[in-house]
Order: sequence, then C-alpha cells, then structure tokens
Amino acid sequence: MRIRSLSLVNFKNYEEATLDFSPEVNCLVGDNGSGKTTVLDAIYYLSFCKSYFNPIDSQNVRYDQSFFLIQSQVEKAGEVDKLHCGVKSGQKKQFRRNDKEYQRLADHIGLYPAVILTPNDIDLVKEGSEVRRKFMDGIISQYDRKYLDSLLEYNRALLQRNNLLRFFAENRTYDEESLEVWDHALVKYGEYIHDQRTAFVEKFISFFNDVYQKISGGAEVVSLMYQSQMNDKKLDDLLQDARGKDRQLRRSTQGIHKDDLSFLIQDHPIKKFGSQGQQKTYLIALKLAQYSFIEEATGEKPVLLLDDIFDKIDDKRVGALMELVSQGSFGQIFITDTHEERIPKMFRDIGCDLNVFHVNQGAVDSDAKTMIHGEKE
Amino acid sequence: MNFPSRLIEEAVDQMASLPGIGRKTALRLVLHMLRRDEEDVERFSNAFTTLRSGIKACKICNNLSDTEICGICSDPRREHRTVCVVEGIRELLAIESTEQFRGSYHVLGGVISPMDGVGPNDLYIQSLIDRVQNGTVDEIIFALSTTMEGETTSFYLYKKLSEYDVRVTAIARGVAIGDELQYADEVTLARSIMQRLPYENALPGK
Ligand SMILES: [Zn+2]
Repeated sequence: MRIRSLSLVNFKNYEEATLDFSPEVNCLVGDNGSGKTTVLDAIYYLSFCKSYFNPIDSQNVRYDQSFFLIQSQVEKAGEVDKLHCGVKSGQKKQFRRNDKEYQRLADHIGLYPAVILTPNDIDLVKEGSEVRRKFMDGIISQYDRKYLDSLLEYNRALLQRNNLLRFFAENRTYDEESLEVWDHALVKYGEYIHDQRTAFVEKFISFFNDVYQKISGGAEVVSLMYQSQMNDKKLDDLLQDARGKDRQLRRSTQGIHKDDLSFLIQDHPIKKFGSQGQQKTYLIALKLAQYSFIEEATGEKPVLLLDDIFDKIDDKRVGALMELVSQGSFGQIFITDTHEERIPKMFRDIGCDLNVFHVNQGAVDSDAKTMIHGEKE
Repeated sequence: MNFPSRLIEEAVDQMASLPGIGRKTALRLVLHMLRRDEEDVERFSNAFTTLRSGIKACKICNNLSDTEICGICSDPRREHRTVCVVEGIRELLAIESTEQFRGSYHVLGGVISPMDGVGPNDLYIQSLIDRVQNGTVDEIIFALSTTMEGETTSFYLYKKLSEYDVRVTAIARGVAIGDELQYADEVTLARSIMQRLPYENALPGK
C-alpha cells in the first residue's frame, strides 16, 4: 500500500496542511517541536484509529478548536481508497472508508498496516517485561483474533483468582475446590497463549537475526529468547506446585503473565551489557523484523514510520540501515530528522524517489500549509 | 429543585431512588399520582408492600413464589427429573417464554465471582446437590452465561456433581461468546436448549 496524500485540519499544532507523498521515501526535516513527528502520528492514526503518542482524542485537537480532521488517499491493490477521520468534542469519532462509516473500528485496524519506530520505543529494551509482552501481543493479535479473546479471558480469570487468594488470606480461610476452577480457566486460555507466543517467537527470530546482521555488519552475535515458566512444565502442574507460595503472597505467581523476551548480545542481557548504540540497533532490528513478520502474515507491505532514529547510533550503521531500507523490501517510508541535509543526501546517493518536506517551527501555528512544501528531487 | 411541599419532596426522593429515574421524571410521576383517586393510589402502594412481605423463595428451586413451592415445581405435567440451572429469575423467565422447555429449574442466585465477593457458599449450590443426592434428578442442564464467571460456575458445579449418577449437559451456544442468556432471542434460546450437549464435550482436551 502507498499513501498518496494526507490532509490535516486542527490536528495537534496543525491548522491546515496538505501533503503529497512520494511512493518511496518521504523525509520530514525541521527542528524539534516543529511538528514533523505529528505527520507520522497522523499516518499512524489512519492505520490504528488512534494517536501513537496520546490516545486521548480531545487532547489532539489544536488549541482552542473543537474538532480535528485527518483525510487521506491510499493506494491499495490497484484501487485508491479515501480514508476520513473526524473527531469533534462531545461526539462519537467518525471513521470512514470510501465515504462509508465503520460500525466497529476493529474492522478497520489491520487493513492499512503501519510500523512505527520512535525514540520512546527504547523502553522495549530498557523497561520491565510488560512492555515486551505487549510487543508480542500487539503483533500476534493482528493476525489471530482468537489470541486477543484468549488474552482478555485469561486476564479476567487471573483477576478473579487473585481476588480469591486475597479473600482467603483476609478471612483466614481456604477452599481448594474454589481455587481449582480458576486454575482450570487459566490453563484453558494460558496454554493457547503460550503455544501462540512460542510459534510467533520461533518465526520472528529468523527475521530478527537477518535484519540485525545487515545493520551491524555481523559485528556481534545477538539472540532473542522466549522466557516462560511454561516452556518446560505444564501450567496445571506449575499451579499445583505453587499453591503455598500463591497463598502466602496473595497472588498468582505462575502463568503467561510472567512471560518475557530476553534480549541477548554475545550471550549477555543487552539491557546491562549493550552500549547505547547496540541497544538502539537492537530496537531497530526488532521493529524491522516486526515489519517483515506482519508483511508475511497479512500479505501487505506496511507503511514504515521512522521518527528521529539517528540519535546515538554511528554513521556507519545509519548508512547500512538506509541501504537496507532503500532496497525496496520496505515499501513506502516516512522518516524525520532534525538535520536538513543528512537523510536527503543519503537517499539521493542511493538513487531513491524522494520527497523532502521542510517543517518550520514558529510559523506552524499561523499557517502550517505555507510552511510545508514538498520539493521533488 | 425546591418543592412547595415536604410531602411531594419525600415522594419525589423515593421515586428517584429507582434505577433509571431522574428527578424530573420522578416529579412528573408524582404529580400524576396526585391526580389519581385515593383508592387507586392505595392499591398501587399496597402492591409493593405486600410484594416485599409476601414473596417467598421456592423451597425446591429457589424461584420466586407466593407459596412455599412454586408453580413450576408443583405442576404435575412437568418433567421434574430434568433440571435446568440458571443464574437468576430473569434467565428463568427468558427460557419459560420460549415455551419449549418442560422440565423444572434451579435458580442459583448469581455466579461465582471473587471480585464481587461471591463464593460458592453465597449461592444456592448445596440445595442443588441435595436434589441430586436425593435421587430425584436424572439430568442437570447448565444454562449459565458464557462469561468467564458463568463458565467457571458451570465447571465448579460439574466437579461437584461428578460423583453422582446424573447426566450433566449444557445448552448449545449459537449465542455469541460473552452474551448474557437473557438477551438471546427466543428462537435461538429455544433451539439451544433443545440441542443441548453433554457438558464434557465443552471441556478443553476432550
Ligand atoms: Zn420451584
């Protein structure tokens, strides 16, 4: 799929803007806070029906205004689709495809896939296990509807089981039979989730290794592993064995809610042993592997949104990354940089079809449109 | 809102305590009551007083009843050896309205939900087991909602009943997952209760 054009009204700091895109590479250059990331966010919005940075719609309306509009023409399978999203305070969000309103936003998500990479995503490498479970869940849910349902059921059963354990402790009572029925529910949904995560990671690893080696030039050995208590024991047995511990701690200590992905570099955790550059490279490889994975699972090339990825990564790797990105395997790309010339020069050297947009701070408020101009190179 | 009368104010307060009734609607209803005959209003308020003091839970099935034993349990034309387990009265009425089920019921009075403080002992589970233990039941049909709590309650009952010689079935679900039984349309509900399946079939790994 290719995004032909995008127009914004009152979205974040944009009063009005229309942008026509190159089918290959689009660079948005400008200072920090100029609004170049907002363009990526608007494209993300069209894909996921919400902002990547702020899921509260009313806060994405321009200051003192009552509504915002995001409209776009997207080429997909030889057709041009019109996407329209309107948010007005006090009203239901409107999302239309070819002038037809969606009954459920969930029906839209996945039709125009996008993968975004921003500086915030470093949390994936640096923060706790929850971010990494969400990373897995977000990808698997896109092609397996049953997975998302199972996850919701599992979390519900977990909440009930923890409540029961707390009740036991507070009332100095215990009833094995009451606990067992929640074990049963955890096992029913947890085993399915574990199987799907196992299958996902197995496939994902090869995409990941491939991308990492290309960016790093094979400089270091990385690996990625699915950590789960259930890797070598059935959840049924785990729950049985942890009875005493669960009762004492008043919560469930076993199950897929304890899963993690371990990210290793030369067999050591990258969180502790990787340099900032290596961590960043690792993150980029994760996201590009996600891209390839979604492409294979859905048969559609997602749009790639790269926000300010050059910080803390050396020029050699940036060069390798750009070459990789420009080889045609990534479809349409949107990329921001604070540096006026760096990216345009790189892509010009490679010989890509390129549009450069200069996003200018200061004047955005008065009239973003006049300050954003595409120059065909 | 300031009222010219404390009596009106009190009546509005009471009316507005009902779910879904705001103070404006409450005032409209109260003024309407004032326009009615005195006997009329007395009959109206009496209906609620006697309802509250006179209503009983059926000794057998826990259905609401005016008598010790409810109309269904005391009806000789019904097959009392087939018992349909429901969460509450509304679900019982939903199944009754299909006019397809000729057995009797057992009303649990809720489903197991630790986060709402409801455990097995807070429900009419023991009385169901007693019915089975007394040998008066051939088949138990689970007709609980497909929510996590409904499913878990069914499983709990299934385990409790497994030591007795009784057939345990569950209503077939054409109804979407998570749908509450009382919202299912009559045709779907009638079909699902006629096409019930052995409960074991619904267990994972079977
Ligand atoms: Zn009865």
